[in-house]
Amino acid sequence: MAAKRVIVIGGGVSGMQAAITLKKQGMTPLLIEKDINLGGKLCRWDRLFPSQTPAKEVVESLVGQISELGIRTLLCCEVSEIARNEGKIEVSTTDGNSYEAEAVIIASGFDLFNATRKEEYGYKIYPNVITSVDLEEMFKEGRVVCADGKAPRSVAFLHCVGSRDRQVGNCHCSRVCCITGVKQAMEIKELYPDCNVYNFYMDMRMFGSGYEELYTKAQEKYRINFIRGRISECSGTIDSGVRIKAEDTLAGRPLKLTVDMLVLLVGKQAPALNAKFASELGITVSPDGFLKGMDCFENATRTSVEGVFVAGTATGPKNVGESMSEAVKAAMDVSEYINTLS
Amino acid sequence: MMKNFGYTINTKRAIDLDKNDLSIAEEVMREVPSWSLCIGCGSCTATCTAGAFTDYNFRKTHLLARRGDIATLRKELDKCMLCGKCVLQCPRGVNTRGVIAALCRLLPQ
Repeated sequence: MAAKRVIVIGGGVSGMQAAITLKKQGMTPLLIEKDINLGGKLCRWDRLFPSQTPAKEVVESLVGQISELGIRTLLCCEVSEIARNEGKIEVSTTDGNSYEAEAVIIASGFDLFNATRKEEYGYKIYPNVITSVDLEEMFKEGRVVCADGKAPRSVAFLHCVGSRDRQVGNCHCSRVCCITGVKQAMEIKELYPDCNVYNFYMDMRMFGSGYEELYTKAQEKYRINFIRGRISECSGTIDSGVRIKAEDTLAGRPLKLTVDMLVLLVGKQAPALNAKFASELGITVSPDGFLKGMDCFENATRTSVEGVFVAGTATGPKNVGESMSEAVKAAMDVSEYINTLS
Repeated sequence: MMKNFGYTINTKRAIDLDKNDLSIAEEVMREVPSWSLCIGCGSCTATCTAGAFTDYNFRKTHLLARRGDIATLRKELDKCMLCGKCVLQCPRGVNTRGVIAALCRLLPQ
């Protein structure tokens, strides 16, 4: 009889959901998280599209279940080495310990694109160029203001920063930024009804349930100005504004606009850790650096290596709901796999 | 002088893909394969040095070239200063300057 021990790497929504499902299936999960808290990137988020559910609610519910079910959790603990030996998974951590299990679920998530790499947009150069994550933190604190403490009278959002951009080596679409741009634009209008809000986009990808409706609401109720054109560069003005250059491609003419605040909708990219998992375990990565499941369908959470499973954004950009559903699938696959061992 | 009877002749506005000659576009595509990747975001035109001072619009110009609508293109391309800023901007990695150079060479004088 196999011991049914499973290591889950990453304590974000996927990792937590995977550990919860494993435990309910009679497995013994060990959840490893590098941060001081469980919750991952969601800890920095205020409200979730498209329902405006507070991110805190989702995190607290999962953390509550983890503790109720008595799932063993290691915080501030990073994976230093991972290997598969004689049918067992061995994970060593930076604190010098090592753990053995029958299977592992890699739910290590994504990295945010570092917006300073797009120098032409002036992040960290001009005070009122911020990222969507910075803005979300402002929403969370309940205070959205420019660097001088004043309310913005005009805000522009730029879609696809660090996504779909060969210049920075990220060809993939990060999927969730489009709807995040719509959500945040609406939230700005809720806070400041007189503020002029502009969204500069290449394509609007409203793939999820309720997303298109939110886009329509942004146009109809909030009068957000959607401009089809990618910003080529920005410059700071003497009064700390941001001057934008773009082409209004639908009008077919160059466009200039000065705003109080520019928000860069930063994309998701594969963390460096993925390459480590790939080389140490022999699993494959996609050209975009995300881990690869066995296929895109029924074996999406299995990998080419026995006992190694993947869930959430470790395999590519996903929204919260998708990540959680995939975590359940991964846990069920693990459960099925371990039951075949005994 | 001819009497004005109120008639005018309108040139056709439609891009006529049944009749347009795509041979130059095909040759440019062979020489600069990255041309196929354009999604029309307009970054090239937004950053364009010539576009700041003239009505030059590279996004529209190269699109017309792809459609084989080449009658007006030579005049348009003459406005380009070949500075290459557009290449630095393109998110799809299109060699925009290469497209312009090839069109300049291949379009009839």
